[in-house]
Amino acid sequence: MADEAKPATPADANRPALALHVPEPKYRPGDTVDFSHIDIGEPGDQPRPDESAHPSTMAGLAYGLVRVLGEDNQAHGPWNPRLDPETLRTMLGHMAMVRAFDERMFRGQRQGKTSFYMKCTGEEATSIAPAMALASDDMVFPSYRQQGILIARGYPLIEMINQIYSNKADKLKGRQLPIMYSSREHSFFSISGNLATQCPQAVGWAMASAIKGDSRIAASWVGEGSTAEGDFHSACTFAAVYNAPVILNVINNQWAISSFSGFAGAERTTFAARGLGYGIAALRVDGNDALACYAAAEWAANRARANHGPTLIEYFTYRAEGHSTSDDPSGYRSAQEREEWPLGDPVMRLKNHLIALGEWDEERQAAMDLACAEKVKETTKEAEKNGILGHGLHHPFHTMFEDVYEELPWHLEEQAEQAIRERVTKFGSERPFG
Amino acid sequence: MSENTAPVAEAQAERRLNMIEAINEALDIMLERDPDVIIMGEDVGYFGGVFRATAGLQAKHGKTRVFDTPISECGIIGVAVGMGAYGLRPVPEIQFADYIYPGLDQLISEAARLRYRSAGDYIAPLTVRSPFGGGIFGGQTHSQSPEALFTHVSGLKTVIPSTPYDAKGLLIAAIEDNDPVIFFEPKRIYNGPFSGYYDKPVEPWKKHDASIVPEGYYRIPLGKARTVREGEAMTILAYGTMVHVAESVAREKGVDAEILDLRTLVPLDIAAIEASVEKTGRCMIVHEATRTSGFGAELSALVTERCFYHLEAPVERVTGFDTPYPHSLEWAYFPGPVRIGEAIDKLLSE
Repeated sequence: MADEAKPATPADANRPALALHVPEPKYRPGDTVDFSHIDIGEPGDQPRPDESAHPSTMAGLAYGLVRVLGEDNQAHGPWNPRLDPETLRTMLGHMAMVRAFDERMFRGQRQGKTSFYMKCTGEEATSIAPAMALASDDMVFPSYRQQGILIARGYPLIEMINQIYSNKADKLKGRQLPIMYSSREHSFFSISGNLATQCPQAVGWAMASAIKGDSRIAASWVGEGSTAEGDFHSACTFAAVYNAPVILNVINNQWAISSFSGFAGAERTTFAARGLGYGIAALRVDGNDALACYAAAEWAANRARANHGPTLIEYFTYRAEGHSTSDDPSGYRSAQEREEWPLGDPVMRLKNHLIALGEWDEERQAAMDLACAEKVKETTKEAEKNGILGHGLHHPFHTMFEDVYEELPWHLEEQAEQAIRERVTKFGSERPFG
Repeated sequence: MSENTAPVAEAQAERRLNMIEAINEALDIMLERDPDVIIMGEDVGYFGGVFRATAGLQAKHGKTRVFDTPISECGIIGVAVGMGAYGLRPVPEIQFADYIYPGLDQLISEAARLRYRSAGDYIAPLTVRSPFGGGIFGGQTHSQSPEALFTHVSGLKTVIPSTPYDAKGLLIAAIEDNDPVIFFEPKRIYNGPFSGYYDKPVEPWKKHDASIVPEGYYRIPLGKARTVREGEAMTILAYGTMVHVAESVAREKGVDAEILDLRTLVPLDIAAIEASVEKTGRCMIVHEATRTSGFGAELSALVTERCFYHLEAPVERVTGFDTPYPHSLEWAYFPGPVRIGEAIDKLLSE
């Protein structure tokens, strides 16, 4: 070893010394935050191409920011989806419900009713608006922060809470970490927890739909941090190669746990621009502007449904809370970021828009917020009758061994017998099995 | 225990196929029978696969049923999982088992777990075909036997045929199975069974009775071993290429060995193994894969746990060495007649 040739030092070789760049976010805890360097453009300043446009002719949309709602609370420009007030109120109602739900479930975790929770505060529009723009039977492959899709699709709150509590009524039989929902009935794919795996799966589902001459399309959601996974790039390749009817959504909420977006490449280019290299239509959208989110998703859905191919949408937003109940964001970023975020809060912006239209007011908003909180509270109480995590009201032991395979093989049957025997040893035979 | 006779529906002429032809026929039949079956993989479309397993299938069934893919095993398995969720029954090919690793997350964390994590809401009825094993001078990236990586994963089934007859019936059963199946094809015996003597001429399948493959549909249930030959002196557990090598060594040495071709590693035919070992009192396990934590370790543990009081000697494992598959020294790696012969002598001497 010692005799092996060493690499030449810069001095020996008369070459400049190399330097490794390790990205560093602009602001850390305690820092004063100034986001004026972020170019957010003006509402209405981005063109809206025809849905059949070739990606190369609309490359600017991968670097700009599609915005509709202005500081005057009015909708501007060609991306205005021109939704009627009733639809806007529905959208606002879903957002209010998600926020109320997140508050209650987060508190429930702190009270020891479950092991884990993840809020989507500040990102509500990036799930709810696309869910409303898609058909209800279009297939979605979410990541872990898209509870807004289930709310928008009318999935019962009590089923969500039963899942979060892993109780005896949990449709997933207590097998999945809280919030890893699944509902085939709502065309909502089982959430993995392994990152970005849903991207090629969405493409595969869309390919299958095209193979069968179906009319349904697919959409996936992934965080900006996990666009670094190979799965995301495989998904882009397959989507482009087969012109798959799929929408690949990237939620750029600036933070992947404690790693800022620079560790996924944000210092160099936008996430939407990833699409251009694959020849995929790309849109970069103000993710805190529910109207822009809706319009982008609608554009991409029209494109996919007309066999014009996939779209990659970057929703530029901000994760207002921690990654999950397991991290404290004050340990790695400045608390001022949330307040200084230049694109505001999605719920406030939609509410103010409706008020500006004369279709809403603060009293109705307060009443709606209260009604959402009450409904979540009541439903939570109802769900607690089915048990909370770790308090015995779980699915029977034998279910642990079911669904590993369609049929129980001999070795799992033996292990199931062992599990039940251990239970008798621990608790005595008078206690009913299960 | 053994399911070696086909439920022959109609009188059939005796046809002899090699393993590639048998696999091709199974795929053709399933494409015909089930409109949800699709085949995809690198070079499987127009060209028909580097080993010709999909030859002619695209021309016959169309480009949306049989098609080429990008060189991305992660993508191939990932889109197959999505297709399965849609309701298709994808049969992706991974060109060599050595290439399967970029797809492992999609296999292990997704395909294998989907039924469980969604409580049956979604399933992943994929059959991942992949040529595996060495003995073709493929070097370390075209020779591996990674079956134990998959048998370790709950939710996956692992199937390895050793004859054309079995390959067809097992592949049809695998495609019809609603669980994800890894279907490893021992490429050393694609064209003929292998005695273990690489310096002797290859015997073609047509000289072997297991190349008689009935036309049309038949299936061999997963989880049922095949008794290759009955014997009293010892039990040899093997699968794939090593079934033939073990058989030729036993014949050559005149040992009255009972040889079980496991055919499916998960689910395993434990009843057949127990019955045989209890009869013979001696057990040898042969596989080509590396030794440490190989499937032989699992088999050895099972036999020891379940048949200990019937054993007259410690269980013997004959395997490849714990090295990468070396190109020039592949026959030094391969568990050939010398290694198997020594183990037989040892097992019988105790």
